[in-house]
Amino acid sequence: MTTTSPPSFSTRPDVAQIGAIAWVRKHLFSGWFNSLVTVVLGSLLIRSIVGFIGWATTTAQWKVIPENLPLYFVGQFPPDQYWRIWALLWMISALSGLTWGNLSQNVPHLFSRTVLIWVGILAVIFVLAPTPLPYRLLLLATLGLVLGGAWAGRYLSQSLPSFGLGLAIAWGLSFFIMLWLMAGGFGLKPVSTTAWGGLLLTLFMSVVSIVLCFPLGVALALGRQSTLPVVRLLSTVYIEVVRGVPLIALLFIGAVMLPFFLPGNVRLDLVLRAIFGLTLFSAAYLAENVRGGLQSIPRGQAEASSALGLNTPLTLGLIVLPQALKVAIPSIVGQFISLVQDTTLVSIIGLSDLMRISRAVLANPLYIGRYAEVYLFIGVIFWVLCYAMSWGSRQLEARLKTTN
Amino acid sequence: MNSTGNSDEKIPIWRDARFWRVALQIALLAILAIAGSWLVGNFLRQGKEFNFGFLWNQAGFNIGESLVPYQTNDLYGWALFVGFLNSLRLILVGLVLTTVIGVVAGVASFSSNWLLQKISQVYVEVVRNTPLLLQIFFWYFAVFFSFSTGANVTNVLGTLAISKKGMVIPWPSGTPTSWLALLALVVGAIAAILVWRWRIKLMGELGASGKPQSIALIGLGILSLLIFLFGLGWQFPVIDAAGTSVEGGLRLSLEYAGMLVALAFYTGAFIAEIVRAGIQSVSKGQWEAAQALGIQQGLSMRLVVLPQALRVIIPSLNSQYINLTKNSSLALAIGYPDIFSTSQTILNQTGRAVEVILIILLTYLAVDLLISALMNQLNNLVQLRER
Repeated sequence: MTTTSPPSFSTRPDVAQIGAIAWVRKHLFSGWFNSLVTVVLGSLLIRSIVGFIGWATTTAQWKVIPENLPLYFVGQFPPDQYWRIWALLWMISALSGLTWGNLSQNVPHLFSRTVLIWVGILAVIFVLAPTPLPYRLLLLATLGLVLGGAWAGRYLSQSLPSFGLGLAIAWGLSFFIMLWLMAGGFGLKPVSTTAWGGLLLTLFMSVVSIVLCFPLGVALALGRQSTLPVVRLLSTVYIEVVRGVPLIALLFIGAVMLPFFLPGNVRLDLVLRAIFGLTLFSAAYLAENVRGGLQSIPRGQAEASSALGLNTPLTLGLIVLPQALKVAIPSIVGQFISLVQDTTLVSIIGLSDLMRISRAVLANPLYIGRYAEVYLFIGVIFWVLCYAMSWGSRQLEARLKTTN
Repeated sequence: MNSTGNSDEKIPIWRDARFWRVALQIALLAILAIAGSWLVGNFLRQGKEFNFGFLWNQAGFNIGESLVPYQTNDLYGWALFVGFLNSLRLILVGLVLTTVIGVVAGVASFSSNWLLQKISQVYVEVVRNTPLLLQIFFWYFAVFFSFSTGANVTNVLGTLAISKKGMVIPWPSGTPTSWLALLALVVGAIAAILVWRWRIKLMGELGASGKPQSIALIGLGILSLLIFLFGLGWQFPVIDAAGTSVEGGLRLSLEYAGMLVALAFYTGAFIAEIVRAGIQSVSKGQWEAAQALGIQQGLSMRLVVLPQALRVIIPSLNSQYINLTKNSSLALAIGYPDIFSTSQTILNQTGRAVEVILIILLTYLAVDLLISALMNQLNNLVQLRER
């Protein structure tokens, strides 16, 4: 079975055969109760949509968004160093493009109709974005980089068999380049972590916490299933205790209590302490998701592999975990999505992430009372991020299913 | 893995799995002990003390709302208790509201009405993909605050009155008649459950039509509705002529209202998904079998599908209830004086971080364990009983 779906219009029954009126009668007015529900809900919906459009076009003052765009996206990052953020964005875009090309090397058409529609929508958004013209061109260049990367990645992975491995190494290296670009040093002007903010900080903390909590969560899940009593007990207690307390309490432990337990001369950065709390918190939840995956793998798999002479680490690494993680993908990604959302809590312990930046903007007398506009904007950003993640997880699941 | 124990050939110790099993665990314990003693040593070296004596000192701060009398010069321990009651008030009402919202939205996603189904889907997708903290700020600042401009009281739909001082909702008057009416409602509910059980039993064992009982049930329902509407003596908030003060009804602070609505809608989206998955997990054959036995549509949902769906729903529901409990600590962000924000004030005043955070952790663990225990009892009731 190939991964591409046939053009959808040919499989769907012809609309004309059913008829719009028949459809409406079947789905909206199939009985007196259904009709009542439709009328009540429909009138409420129309009223609220009309009300919202009225508010958005007259009362709302959207200038609070474009006038503070740099703040929302990068916080207090020094403006003369913005090129570093662009370089970071381009590096990630190029790598994403290459990965996309690599993953769809067996697909007949790289740029299907849906993809082209989305590219078109994005391009229109970028062209119309309320920023100075150079930024819009840079955004378009980013989009071009993703598409070019996808084409190149597909071409390269068809000609070079080891391209996938190289790509994985490049992703690993990109993390250190990202740190270098953000923090400076080694020839770049140093930027303090207190200047990191907005979406940049939110994404940075999400990525680092995801990368760190994944191995910890897998280790805890394996520990909970272990036959060694001490390991099992410690893992179980850790998982249950962390799952029983609020994240905000863990963040306070990281921010307030951790300094007490470190030698006086060690000062950990607040960003690092927040990442510490986020990682410890999500690792416990991730462990439960991975455990679900581990439990779905029949014992026969482990027994067969030890019958073949593999020792415990090899059995886990080559036989059990690959299958268990594949089963657990939806719940693991679900956990990552809540981790991204949970990064907003660091605004309470004093980091200037997207939420705190929005509070700061709203505290400006120029934009007093513009809550709805700002929170809607931030909500859209998070919605796009999280929806993209769950979409990606569904794609990954479908890919992994077809290769078997 | 298992080496043969009594072979003559001596196994080198580094090839012996039994040795490694013990050695690994001892090494792990040793590492933890060293790390722990190092951390505690650092703590002691900084001259910090560890005791709970500060709980008997005077608090000296104000708490915006409390269920029990509280004054500024009460003890820290009492302030924490006041915060705990405020938390419980939020959690208990939130659990009821979120269950109602979640079940309605979950069942609506199976509706044959396209519009209802889509609205339920959009609600779940929007709420699950945005952070809770953002939703709390949205409800509190953008919704409730926007109703209350200046000193004026805004009237919403003739039933709610919202101002800076809080939201006033209709509430039964506390007269003896209304308490009697409440008692009558409880008795009516118990009677209805008994009649319903009796009816099912008669229908199942004797094949009776169950008609007299269902007429009795409808009668009970109408009677209860009448008592509910007129017996409780509802007081609607009345705004005075100047438009600045409100008479009657129950006043909720805007912080409480914002937290409650945000928590209920947020958790409700997750519960809706759980309910949907639970109903979907019941195989189609069960519906068809119920239909083949001549059970009506509504009854087969009640008697065949729902009991099986509940087995899937309740364990996940438990974790959502615990999530709501933990998320109630976000009240700190908008200044609702729950136990977490009270403890933060105490922490800032006394600097006793370790003790305060320990109290917080134990409180939330205790509440979570209590909810888990209750839900496990419920779970045992609905589990499959094998003979």
